[in-house]
Amino acid sequence: MQKNKIIIAIYVDNQYGVLSRVTAMFTRRGYNIDSLTVGETESPEYSRITITLTAEKNDKDQVVSQLRKLYNVKKVVVLSSEECIKRELLLIKVRNTEEAHSDIVEATNIFRTKIIDFTDEAISIEATGDSQKIDAFIEYMKKFDIIEMCRTGLVALDRGGTNIWSEHED
Amino acid sequence: MKMTGAQILVETLIEQGVDTVFGFPGGMVVDIYDKLYDKQDKIKHILTAHEEGAVHAADGYARSTGKTGVVIATSGPGATNLVTGIATAYLDSIPLVAITGNVRNSMIGRDSFQEIDITGITLPITKHNFFVHKVSKLADVVRKAFEIAQSGRPGPVLIDIPKDVQEAVFDFRKKPVERPASLPCCDAKDVEKAVQLIKESKRPYIYFGGGAVRTELGEDIVKLADKLDAVIGCSMMGLSEIPSDSPRFLGMQGMHGRYASSVALAKADLIIALGVRFSDRATGKTEKFSLSAAKIHVDCDRAEIGKNVPVDLGVCCDIKDFVKCLTKAAPQRKNTEWIKKVEQLRKREADAYEGLPFLPRDAINIISDTVKPDTRLVTDVGQHQCWTAQFFRFRKKRTWITSGGLGTMGFGLGAAIGSYMGTGKRSVLITGDGSFGMCLNELATAVTYNVPVTIVIFNNHALGMVRQWQKIFFDGRYSNTSLDRKTDFVKLAQAFGAKGYKAADKESFEEVFKKAYKVNGPVIIDLSVKTDSLVLPMLKPGGTFNNLILRREDISDAEK
Repeated sequence: MQKNKIIIAIYVDNQYGVLSRVTAMFTRRGYNIDSLTVGETESPEYSRITITLTAEKNDKDQVVSQLRKLYNVKKVVVLSSEECIKRELLLIKVRNTEEAHSDIVEATNIFRTKIIDFTDEAISIEATGDSQKIDAFIEYMKKFDIIEMCRTGLVALDRGGTNIWSEHED
Repeated sequence: MKMTGAQILVETLIEQGVDTVFGFPGGMVVDIYDKLYDKQDKIKHILTAHEEGAVHAADGYARSTGKTGVVIATSGPGATNLVTGIATAYLDSIPLVAITGNVRNSMIGRDSFQEIDITGITLPITKHNFFVHKVSKLADVVRKAFEIAQSGRPGPVLIDIPKDVQEAVFDFRKKPVERPASLPCCDAKDVEKAVQLIKESKRPYIYFGGGAVRTELGEDIVKLADKLDAVIGCSMMGLSEIPSDSPRFLGMQGMHGRYASSVALAKADLIIALGVRFSDRATGKTEKFSLSAAKIHVDCDRAEIGKNVPVDLGVCCDIKDFVKCLTKAAPQRKNTEWIKKVEQLRKREADAYEGLPFLPRDAINIISDTVKPDTRLVTDVGQHQCWTAQFFRFRKKRTWITSGGLGTMGFGLGAAIGSYMGTGKRSVLITGDGSFGMCLNELATAVTYNVPVTIVIFNNHALGMVRQWQKIFFDGRYSNTSLDRKTDFVKLAQAFGAKGYKAADKESFEEVFKKAYKVNGPVIIDLSVKTDSLVLPMLKPGGTFNNLILRREDISDAEK
């Protein structure tokens, strides 16, 4: 069966230990998380976890059903890739040399990223975008000397006026 | 009223209707035991020999009563000794509340004496668990734990309470017990779809499991089967829900199920699965499982639908409501050919047993003929368990107590004790010399509380089930499955203060069992069984029910 990239948004009780309950379910059932982000939400009693994974439809249904059984999980929604806004943040630090310098600056302009730290040794760049853009940018930067990089994983929201509590199709 | 945490715990247990708890004291639950001491008139505490015995007892109590079993253990090793029992309850969806003590909040995370992260350890084997930080939360956590354990698909819940929370003082107010929310009623559209599938079917099979026991579905299943002219089979967890002599009932299906039941399921063109989860022991290779049959799966847990086997109609609702609606809506069917075919399977099954020498089956038959209908049949895990599941004739609901999903050797004796504490009914524990060796220390408990349990040890001087695999699939290389022990079970029984007998053939067993069954207290019968007795039929690993091994002769020469 065909495997697809899936974005799952989960509202959970904002308590300690809840994240490990959620991730333990993935471990226990043998599913691999591609990316995971977690943070506070508009209401302080909930946290929002965004998980991306690559799975077949059956596995997706199983993940969603198993998540919904967890006591601290309040809402689970599969976000449609087309119908949601999604962003990832990348921080990447590359070696600053005389030869590379102008190419790096040009690349940051073309990819519409932002230089946030600039020294004689290194240029640090902030990039936001969907995962494909981030992938493409990293791929391009590989021609330079990457000192260090760090990406956040995907965050996503529905387009339009709806929110996680609105009706969603599984 | 101002109370300590330990007092609040005990009061909340009473509030929740708990009358019996099982456990073993220790340093980090000493406050709780102190408060239990005050309430001996309200809560009976059963002291076992080992925490594992206590948790199996709480489980056996829950299985035979339908109520939530409660177990108490101290921190560290006390808590870890519960793990096997909690997992046993989890795999069989048994409502259980496990209460553990822990070191003070201020000592948590310092690897203090007998400190263990039991909520971390039990995370994947509980429905939910709680670490109680503050005494102010304690009463509501306990209430929530009982609600979670009983609601929807039941399961174990663990509450870990640090010692300082047990000591701290807070205001306690009794609250009425909240009944767990009931499941939604069935949707008319689903019933309509099911009726359509029924109309297209000629070989219907109703397949049920533990969910049917939970919802007391037996009579409704029989009514539905009559309407559909269907046959009925069950998983190991479904046994005893309908009487074994019910005319349409073919018995347990699966890897070591009854021949007619397993083959009929493979040949059916419609399977109506009720409160059963298509475990691998029941289906064999799932990719090849009953491919030609349309499947209707009704369960209280949505995650079970489509988990192991793809289905044509998956329904998550109140099973009883669905079955009643479906029985009403379905047309009266007549499937003469199918019923005839199943009769042939039954005949073939009966013939396979004809003329064989004294077998475990005969012992089970003697037990069936002797015991009262409300006697609990408890087992451990292995060959004896499969023989009992195959041949015991159940007559009353909730009389079958076994570890189905986890397959926990050593489960039986504790469970038999718990079952008696819950029902006051006598039990028969059928076990093997391997399984019994695991938790026989609970014989001490059975003697202390004078539990009327007749323990029949099918003694084959081997770990029979593994040995059977070694015989058939590993060329008879019996690696570590021969039990060359010199245990004298009669003397062992006497040493614990129980009675012990020996039997080796049909006549002696019949005589001894009848005598032992009347004894008001624990009795051991050491029954000699041939070392190479096999559980048959048997499904080859990865095989399908069309090539079941029914008789010894069916084992191909290469596999002999």
